[in-house]
Amino acid sequence: MSHTCLALLQAADPNLPPVSGMAFYLFTILKMIVIFTIYMVGIAMLTLAERKISAWIQDRHGPNRVGKGWLQPAADGLKNFMKEETMPGGVNKPLFVLAPILSFIPALTAWCVIPFGAPIPTRWGRIDLVVADLPVGFLFILALTSLGVYGIVLAGWSSNNKYALLGGLRSSAQMISYEISMGMSTIPVLLLAGNVSLNTIINQQVWGGWNVINLTVAFFIFMVAAFAETNRLPFDLPEAESELIAGYHTEYSAMKFSLFFIAEYGGMVTASALMATLFFGGWDVPFTARDNIGPYSGWLSLLSIGIMLAKMLFFIFLFMWVRWTLPRFRYDQLMSLGWKFMLPLVLVYIVLIAAVMLGLSAAGKRPGLMYASILGSINIALVIILFVIFDRGRLISPAYGRMDQREIDRLRRIDRRRILAAEAGR
Amino acid sequence: MAIKVRVVERPVEDVSYIRATLRGMALTAKHLFDVNGRVTTQYPDEKSPISPRWRGTHRMLTTETGKAKCVACGLCPTVCPANCIKLVPGEDEEGNRYPLVFEIDEFRCIFCGYCQEVCPEEAIHVGRHYENSEYSREGFVYDLQRLMDQSHPVCEMWDPEDPKGE
Repeated sequence: MSHTCLALLQAADPNLPPVSGMAFYLFTILKMIVIFTIYMVGIAMLTLAERKISAWIQDRHGPNRVGKGWLQPAADGLKNFMKEETMPGGVNKPLFVLAPILSFIPALTAWCVIPFGAPIPTRWGRIDLVVADLPVGFLFILALTSLGVYGIVLAGWSSNNKYALLGGLRSSAQMISYEISMGMSTIPVLLLAGNVSLNTIINQQVWGGWNVINLTVAFFIFMVAAFAETNRLPFDLPEAESELIAGYHTEYSAMKFSLFFIAEYGGMVTASALMATLFFGGWDVPFTARDNIGPYSGWLSLLSIGIMLAKMLFFIFLFMWVRWTLPRFRYDQLMSLGWKFMLPLVLVYIVLIAAVMLGLSAAGKRPGLMYASILGSINIALVIILFVIFDRGRLISPAYGRMDQREIDRLRRIDRRRILAAEAGR
Repeated sequence: MAIKVRVVERPVEDVSYIRATLRGMALTAKHLFDVNGRVTTQYPDEKSPISPRWRGTHRMLTTETGKAKCVACGLCPTVCPANCIKLVPGEDEEGNRYPLVFEIDEFRCIFCGYCQEVCPEEAIHVGRHYENSEYSREGFVYDLQRLMDQSHPVCEMWDPEDPKGE
């Protein structure tokens, strides 16, 4: 046994073929079980993290009673299992039961195509640390995450409750608005990688530099859209405690409510993993290029899993930090930010990046340091333009639409005319 | 009829969403890592101090021999505005008066502290104590033995000659 373990940690031939046959199925099932377990436990711990962070930000202590706080998720889970399943009168029963499942499953399934570590070499071949290495990886994620909205909309519809319905409606509008920006903002990433497989995207970042430098603007847009997609503050209009009680899950109790909760955190984990993978090099160990061609070893896999985890935890922390800082957007602000600012911006950005890439390839530049620094400097210039010059014009603001100068002039003229008329009358 | 719309040109610092966001996040981060700034009192473990003039559930003081100081004069049931003290006086062979029955209904009590003020023997006191819980309403009718068994500190009544309690 220990011999096998040691063998797992040995460096191995980089050209080791992937496992095949019976071993493939066995390892896939093993990976599924392990990932599912870690994922669920991780989400439980995230609820604790959220409560702790919110407490610390508000100068409180947070849960510290059940096992010094560490067992709080277990206590919450037990409570949710023991609670009564309510079925309010007038609900559409099949849909009411289906909705939590529909929102839970996509959040969970999206994880199966995200690579989270360097491959492990074994006697039977190379094991890729991803449940299903789909060639269409990223498209699969986009498709699945947009399915999540069905759960919310159906929950809102079937609850026979006006608040729930409003939450569901808002959610659908929000998801549609931001899904476009989200999908569009990844197009530059796919352009650079030349492929939609997440492993290819990670490999491209090892040689070409992290995409957060190459495509900073795309990263910001993706991040904002990810906040909206996961229904986190400042975009939590579907729940909106202060106006819609609890939004789409007002009528849910016990484990059905818990499923929505898990789905929200699952979405957050997936979004964090995506940001890490698409823009921060995934499981790539920083400042090394060796890890993606091998030789692989168990140590390397462990290290890369740790790196991936660290990147994800950073983004999850960011999600929570933002949640306990920013107030909720108004509905029209949400729509105006999504359609009037982010969508045009990302369209222009795609064209720009495509043009730059075309120009670079026409100039005979290969992906590498030079390529990355050109892209990076363009992005820094864009970020400065956006955050310093456009920001002055209140464009990147939910609270004000930029008022047309003609409109301002007209209003001033009216005002002046009224004063003149008043003076003439006097 | 023109509508007057005020267009206010505010400085950039006021209208920039990004700057406000970053400033807000810096503020929350400051509180997040401010370990010594936590303000919650961990209640059952640590208790906030209460005023020396706090008037809570009663306590009957006893003499050195362990008997109640009460002489059943009947002043406290008379002065009690809530009518919550039940007193039946008794007399022993030596002619000393003592309470046969002394009951206080803590649910009726309004914790005015008149009983303590009026008591000539400094026997009945309101206590500096606030943790009361019982399984039944009857549990809140404290009899003499229970009043004597209480051990919490008692209220220091307001003294007109020393209004600040120095």
